[in-house]
Amino acid sequence: MSRMLDMINVRKIFSKGTANEKMALDRVNFSMDEADFVTVIGGNGAGKSTILNAIAGLFFVDSGKIIIDGHDVTKLPEHKRAKYIGRVFQDPRMGTATNMSIEENLAMALRRGQKRGLKKGITHDEKDKFRTYLEELDLGLENRMSEKAGLLSGGQRQAVTLIMATMTKPKLLLLDEHTAALDPKTAKKVLDLTRKIVAEDKLTALMVTHNMRDAIKYGNRLMMMHNGNVLLDLKEEKKKNLEVGDLLMMFEKASGQDMSNDRVLLS
Amino acid sequence: MKLSIIIGAFSQGLMWSILALGVFITYKILDFADLTTEGAYPLGAAVAASGIIAGMNPFLATFLAMICGMAAGFVTGFLNTKLKIPPLLSGILAMTGLYSVNLRIMGKANIPLLKVSTLITFVTGLGIKNNIAVIIVGLVSVSIVIAILTWFLSTEKGYALRATGDNMSMIRALGVNTNGMVILGLSIGNGLVSLSGGIMAQYNGYADIGMGTGTIVIGLASVIIGEVLFGSSSILRSLISVVFGSIIYRIIIAVVLAKGLVPTDVKLLSSVLLAVCLSLPLFKEKISALTDTLHSAKKVKARKAGEQNA
Repeated sequence: MSRMLDMINVRKIFSKGTANEKMALDRVNFSMDEADFVTVIGGNGAGKSTILNAIAGLFFVDSGKIIIDGHDVTKLPEHKRAKYIGRVFQDPRMGTATNMSIEENLAMALRRGQKRGLKKGITHDEKDKFRTYLEELDLGLENRMSEKAGLLSGGQRQAVTLIMATMTKPKLLLLDEHTAALDPKTAKKVLDLTRKIVAEDKLTALMVTHNMRDAIKYGNRLMMMHNGNVLLDLKEEKKKNLEVGDLLMMFEKASGQDMSNDRVLLS
Repeated sequence: MKLSIIIGAFSQGLMWSILALGVFITYKILDFADLTTEGAYPLGAAVAASGIIAGMNPFLATFLAMICGMAAGFVTGFLNTKLKIPPLLSGILAMTGLYSVNLRIMGKANIPLLKVSTLITFVTGLGIKNNIAVIIVGLVSVSIVIAILTWFLSTEKGYALRATGDNMSMIRALGVNTNGMVILGLSIGNGLVSLSGGIMAQYNGYADIGMGTGTIVIGLASVIIGEVLFGSSSILRSLISVVFGSIIYRIIIAVVLAKGLVPTDVKLLSSVLLAVCLSLPLFKEKISALTDTLHSAKKVKARKAGEQNA
């Protein structure tokens, strides 16, 4: 099994030298193997989303190295890392261009990380391909391909964004609380779809969630973050029979802190 | 109302619509309120007029005007993306700087274009009457511009440009250098604005240093009037709407002038018109909310009346 991601001593301080200085990532070390599906939990400000943003390149880290599939991307700007990374965001509006049609959005995603020239933005063959993808979603979107993405509901948009992120198999799929803005029923649908796609395409995925049950239910590995550090990293066997209570106890033991402050956020 | 006034407004609207198409690219596609327009429009006029006076072929001079406008847009884009200056300020800087540049190019505040060959005289030279020639020049240039824009906006790069204005973080996550797209969009937009200025100088028969004042308002008003009246369901539809918007704007101005408005008050009228257009969505909301309450009030009344009868 090959290595897909290496985070080596990654460090990031926000607002350095001001009163608001915050250690967002404090020498984070972890690796992911191919086809790992890691769920990440942690309280507010623990550094969950910061990890994803550091990998995606929304900012440069202060020190340390980020290596994706053997490529050192530490110094690469966001748009140059895009060829390795598929992303789904927390806010459903973030994932699609609202004034462009569903098929146009998909066509742009199909060219992720490629040079864009003066060829047609979308071809007939591609439209057929998109129709098959959308049919699989079973949301009736295959008949609405030329409608603007802005007309879709939050759940539909996340489903489309998920397809966009995974259509050209990314080295790494980053999911940043991508069901947090959805109602519980839709959230479950999108999560199950996520699991299906990740399993079928054998994707390497990193999913941030604030729902402990989801973190336990999905994926083969669970990481808990606290104060910019990876506090717990539970793999296959250890994760399998985990329950929310166990997780809380482990957290208290590892951090030396009571979970009560964060409990609400993590439940 | 004389027909000749309407025809004049129509042909002017056609030429202004190229400016409006440029504003459409920057404001609607790129979501960038770009004041460079006010400098790029006289820049185009200055380049075309100076070129023609110096004996240049009018087609070449007009083309050169467009290239210079693209350079102006490039500068604004550079200020915004590389030097991180906010959009409005970047535009103001470019516009202010262009005033001096334009004076340098022209050498004086006004260049008359009399008894020289222009795009218009080229067409009249074919034996066509002047007022028809003007419309031909306008129609041909607008058609070419719309054809090229429609094609470009449906290419891979065109998609990336549209997405940059629509959802910058999304298209960056898909691997597009959005800084480059902003610069490209501003270059295209201001190239069109200068092209419009270059053609307009030949239509008016002069280039003037002050002709840029208020052009952004005219451009925006045309774009918004077009969108409200004629829709924007597809790219081609949006572009054609802009042209119609521009013509209607010119007709409105021509009508109020014919009704006795003092020409110096036209800019005030333009601003008021644009303010009304920009606030239309708000009024629409208010009106629909009002009708909703009226409806429900009526229903309550009807129900009460029904209860009393029973």
